[in-house]
Amino acid sequence: MSNTPDDRKYADSHEWALLEADGNIRVGISDHAQELLGDLVFVELPKVGQQVGKGDECSVVESVKAASDIYSPVTGEIVAINGELEDGSEAINDSPYEDGWIFVIKPTDTSELDDLLDAEGYQNLTEDE
Amino acid sequence: MCFRVPPFFVLRIHMTKKTILNNAHRELGARMVDFGGWDMPVNYGSQIDEHHDVRKSVGMFDVSHMTVVDVNGAQAKAYLQHLLANDVAKLTRQGKALYSCMLTEDAGIIDDLIVYFLDDQNYRLVVNASTRDKDIEWLEKQAENFDVAINEQPTLAMIAVQGPKARQKVCPLLPERLGLSAAEIKPFSACWHGEWFVGRTGYTGEDGFEIMLPEDKAVGFWKQLLEAGVKPCGLGARDTLRLEAGMNLYGQDMDESKNPLESGLAWTIAWEPSEREFIGKQALLNIKQQTSSGKFVGLILEDKGMLRAHQTVVLDDGLKGEITSGGYSPTMERSIALARVPANIGKTCKIEIRGKLKNARVVKPCFVRQGAVQIEL
Repeated sequence: MSNTPDDRKYADSHEWALLEADGNIRVGISDHAQELLGDLVFVELPKVGQQVGKGDECSVVESVKAASDIYSPVTGEIVAINGELEDGSEAINDSPYEDGWIFVIKPTDTSELDDLLDAEGYQNLTEDE
Repeated sequence: MCFRVPPFFVLRIHMTKKTILNNAHRELGARMVDFGGWDMPVNYGSQIDEHHDVRKSVGMFDVSHMTVVDVNGAQAKAYLQHLLANDVAKLTRQGKALYSCMLTEDAGIIDDLIVYFLDDQNYRLVVNASTRDKDIEWLEKQAENFDVAINEQPTLAMIAVQGPKARQKVCPLLPERLGLSAAEIKPFSACWHGEWFVGRTGYTGEDGFEIMLPEDKAVGFWKQLLEAGVKPCGLGARDTLRLEAGMNLYGQDMDESKNPLESGLAWTIAWEPSEREFIGKQALLNIKQQTSSGKFVGLILEDKGMLRAHQTVVLDDGLKGEITSGGYSPTMERSIALARVPANIGKTCKIEIRGKLKNARVVKPCFVRQGAVQIEL
């Protein structure tokens, strides 16, 4: 059974989005997603300063099996990326919600988070897969 | 009149096929996938760990989905000499195995297979699961002019135990006399006793056995291997292991639209004796006379990223090729690939990955053997 913490929101494309105290939004992929992908071996990170729209492809994670696009859950500017992943993307497998975060966005409109699923909604979605 | 159809039949045609070990995989928590119509384990946790188990110690794979076909009859040898691009006349020692392509008249690869020599009138073939139906049809069609019988063996299970410790783990668990013979057989040879058949073959680049056994013995044998410390491995690890070993996968690195010369398999064609006629030979001779077609190479990505099937290979002069299999090499911790490219490719090339050109090095398509990296990194 996958772990789905209820402190954050989820996109139906399996990204999580966590609103932090400074108003920025940290993004990663769910435990369910990392389980589906299998061992992760490469992450192509976005660039700091890059402008992204909600739903834009802005990163790629590659597992032993396949490559998967990561979509930005909100509109804004990339203000931080997890450079640790360039040396070893297994952090996404081991700790998808903490060490395995991928990027941080400074959102233009925090209310875009309301369009995402809460933990329960996301869990219902993944149970059908 | 009406055909009597058992009620479960209609349901079953929509279901994926299961090997006798299906429950054993599920008990171990395997992640199952549909593989060519078969419900098979892709991993039991971490594909990379399973890969390392085989390279460093020992792992096992359920390969019962593969198709075992016996060729029996007075003309079995002549039939196979006609059917296969490699020559079974090379097989003189009982139990010896040979890798070969089976070609169309146009030299397209119908399938690749292993043939074991039992005696001049009896051979055993192991062909791919995904090509079973067309293989059997072709084998039977070609058998019309020969005194042979094509006997599929669907009730045999097959377990591949691979890795440097495979032989020491397997031999004590085999039925008594077979364990002694299995300890003695040379690479690419087989021995058997009753329905048990042990080949010192595999698809990983490591030493090991492929064991065919009666289905009703398979679950017990699998559990004995588990207790002996043999790690269960899924098709995911099987794919990265064979890629590192530079072994082609049918349907990906080659198919009926490709011939052995452009698939890195020229070494499997037996041109001598020249009087032997085999299906596809004339087409192959014609292809050889034309300007050189594609070449099959290995690639190592020098930049960051991941090589994948169908990415475009760009040569210095702008000519293009295509990656047929690519992915992550757990042993080398690099991205590697097999590719079909123009013959004039140099020592380096570029790979188009998501619109960007990345640097790759061209190498012989054999990256890892017997646990050791074969390429200078």
